[in-house]
Amino acid sequence: MKKKRKQSRLREIWHQLKKNKMAVVSLVVLIVLVLIAIFAPLLAPYSYSEQNVLNANASPSAEHLLGTDDLGRDILSRLIYGTRQSLQMGIFSVAIGAVIGIIVGSISGYFGSWVDNLCMRLLDIYQAIPMFLLCVALAAILGPSLRNAIIALGLGVVPGFARIMRASVMTVREKEYIEAAKSINCGTGRIIIKHIIPNAIGPMIVQITMGVGSCILSGAALSFIGLGVQPPIPEWGTMISEARSVMRQYPTQALYPGICVMISVLACNLLGDGLRDALDPRLKN
Amino acid sequence: MTPLLEVKNLKKYFKTAGGTLHAVDNVSFTLDRGKTLGVVGESGCGKTTLGRTVLHLTNPTDGEIFFEGNNITNPSKHELKKLREDMQIIFQDPFSSLDPRMTVSEAIMEPLLLKGGMSKDDMREQTRKLMDTVGLAERFEHSYPHELDGGRRQRIGIARALALEPKFIVCDEPVSALDVSIQAQVINLMLDLQEERGLTYMFVTHDLSVVKYISDDIMVMYLGQVVEKAPAEELFQNTLHPYSKALLSAIAVPKYPNDTKRILIEGEITSPVDPKPGCRFMARCRYACEECKNPQRLVEHAPGHFVSCCRYKEINNIRENKEEKVNE
Repeated sequence: MKKKRKQSRLREIWHQLKKNKMAVVSLVVLIVLVLIAIFAPLLAPYSYSEQNVLNANASPSAEHLLGTDDLGRDILSRLIYGTRQSLQMGIFSVAIGAVIGIIVGSISGYFGSWVDNLCMRLLDIYQAIPMFLLCVALAAILGPSLRNAIIALGLGVVPGFARIMRASVMTVREKEYIEAAKSINCGTGRIIIKHIIPNAIGPMIVQITMGVGSCILSGAALSFIGLGVQPPIPEWGTMISEARSVMRQYPTQALYPGICVMISVLACNLLGDGLRDALDPRLKN
Repeated sequence: MTPLLEVKNLKKYFKTAGGTLHAVDNVSFTLDRGKTLGVVGESGCGKTTLGRTVLHLTNPTDGEIFFEGNNITNPSKHELKKLREDMQIIFQDPFSSLDPRMTVSEAIMEPLLLKGGMSKDDMREQTRKLMDTVGLAERFEHSYPHELDGGRRQRIGIARALALEPKFIVCDEPVSALDVSIQAQVINLMLDLQEERGLTYMFVTHDLSVVKYISDDIMVMYLGQVVEKAPAEELFQNTLHPYSKALLSAIAVPKYPNDTKRILIEGEITSPVDPKPGCRFMARCRYACEECKNPQRLVEHAPGHFVSCCRYKEINNIRENKEEKVNE
């Protein structure tokens, strides 16, 4: 019975989301990206590391649809494989950051007083460490890799999520229905999980989807300075930085991964906006 | 027979930056089973805080509360859980007292779910019954509160309060956010429920025409203190305290030409932060004198009719004299 209700709620959200054309397009784009990431070996015409120095920096042709890079590797294949790294970077790091952020923010916002003070001061101290320095430190300790870059990025975005969640929880906490919940013997845990988080999560959803976008960007930057994805594994950010040396002669080599980053970030943001509207029952009409 | 609820010298102070705010100060009353106590006063007089303190939604600073003869001033967690099944609240604003993400049936089912010991089907059945009791059609079961009008929303609030089958309900201005036509419906519903289930109400409101209609006893509050307390009829016929008089004269009378004399109170309500020991109404009272600077206490003028004014006899005489002069 409960399952049935959950399904109907999902259907409800989908019904709302459908009305927003941009959000639907974004959702389709993101699903396609995820599918590309999953089926990369089947879709890519070449291996991402297959070199052909004799055919370096080739223009687009029937053989290489988007041309080749300075080592003669097929750019289209590298973009397709790169989707895997970039999406992982964006999604998993935000997942880590959002989960920790929501927990810390909810506790801090709901209990207030010294709990709030403690959490916020700890976050202040934490935020005083530059994120890149933290990533460098983590990479030094754990060794540079995709996984460690994700952990570093995820921890880096925690304060932003925690603060937004806290502010949102604080406004919900004062609502009369929270007092109403107390009056019918609702325990603190249930109040936070059933009443506070669902009502306070709205602003977070936009932040989360935008976070995916910005983490894809930050991940690219990390890869660029050699702390993220290690060559020869392709990643959009690494591809841009590799193309930098031949930017003047072959600008398209940097342009393609750039467009990929832009499309995925834009899709994330637009879907976030659409979801926020769909999740808010007060906006239903 | 022990009264259902007895409150003795209840105090609720809030610490603020400017000093101690006396929201409820030395309030005592008893409430018998099946009766309704109306609590009236202007905004900020502590009537809502009184209701919440009695229910332990905030903890009292001082004083004692007895429920069915048991002292419930400092209940343990377990006792509080039990108490909340017996004492419920209907909130003022049905637009903010319902979780916007819960459907009507979810909201009504929640108290049953928390109480436990019921199967899902029983709870569903019970929810339907409750919806029927408060006059909510079954088709609204899966609606969200924002899709309904104020009257229906308040019916959800009433159903939630009734779900645990309480003995005592604090009604915190339950109709002041509603249209006049719907007010009457909701009040009649509440009166019917009282009759059917033998409920005891504490009806907090600033609407005097409502309180007259629904209450057995009325308590007039000003700045956290009770200034007058009497059976409803008695209070309206024989008002003693100058503040109550002004308040009662403010009831709108639907007739023209309207010749009821309004007593206008001048000035602003004084600050409830660190009040002076004397009569709190003094600054705005036209009968104020030196004697009013002393602490006031409730005096029983007639059986059940208490008033807290050192000059009430004098004042009422004065008024009678004046009226005689007018007659001459």
